[in-house]
Amino acid sequence: MMNAGWRNRGHPAYWAFLVHRLSGLALALFLPLHFLALAQALRGAAALDAFLAWTRSPWVEASEIALVFALAAHLTGGLRLLLIEFVGWKSESQKALIAAAGGIAAFCALAFALNLA
Amino acid sequence: MSTSIETRLWIAQRASAALLALCVAVHLVTMIAAVRGGLSATDILGRTRGSIGWAAFYGLFVVAVSIHAPLGLRTIASEWLGWRGRAANAAAVLVGAVLLACGFLAIVAVTR
Repeated sequence: MMNAGWRNRGHPAYWAFLVHRLSGLALALFLPLHFLALAQALRGAAALDAFLAWTRSPWVEASEIALVFALAAHLTGGLRLLLIEFVGWKSESQKALIAAAGGIAAFCALAFALNLA
Repeated sequence: MSTSIETRLWIAQRASAALLALCVAVHLVTMIAAVRGGLSATDILGRTRGSIGWAAFYGLFVVAVSIHAPLGLRTIASEWLGWRGRAANAAAVLVGAVLLACGFLAIVAVTR
C-alpha cells in the first residue's frame, strides 16, 4: 500500500501540482505587498507615481513578468483541478490539459512582457 | 478539527476558487492592456476613482482571495511542514484578516 506522501514524479500531473503550489505560495506572499503598494495612493497621485517609477527597474519588471506567469498558471492549473474534482479525472486528457494550462499562462506572461517593453 | 468543518472549508476553498477564476481573468486582461505605453497614477486612478463598479469588483476579489489564500497556506503548512491544529488554524485566520485589511485599504486608496 502506498503511503499518503507518495507521488509519481514522472507524471506531468506532479509538475502541475508543484507549479500550482509554488505559484500559490508566491502569490500569497506577494499580495500584501501589492495591496500596500496600491495604498500609496492614499498619500496622493504623486506618491503612487513615485512608487511606479521604482517599478521600472529591470529586476522589478522581470519579477512582474514572473508574477503574471504565476497568476495565470495558478488560474489555469486551478481550473484544471476544479474540472477534475467536479467533472472527473480522465487520464487520457490530462497531458493535453496540463499543456494547455502551461501554454495559456506562458501566453499571458509574454503578452504582458511585450506590452511592458 | 471536525469533519463537517473541514468539509465546509473545502467548499469555501472551491467556491472562492471559482469566483477568483473570473476575477483573475478580468485582472489579467486589464493588466496586460494597462501596461501598454507605461503605467501612471493618472491612468490608474482615472480608471478607478469614483467608480462603484471597480470598487465592487475589487471588493469581491479581495474577499474571495482572503478566503482562498489562507486555506491554501493552511494546506501547505499541514502537508509540507506537518503544522496542524489550533495554532495553524489561528495563523490562517490571521493571514485572512491581514489580506482583508490590506486589500480594503488598497481599494479605498484607488477608488475613493
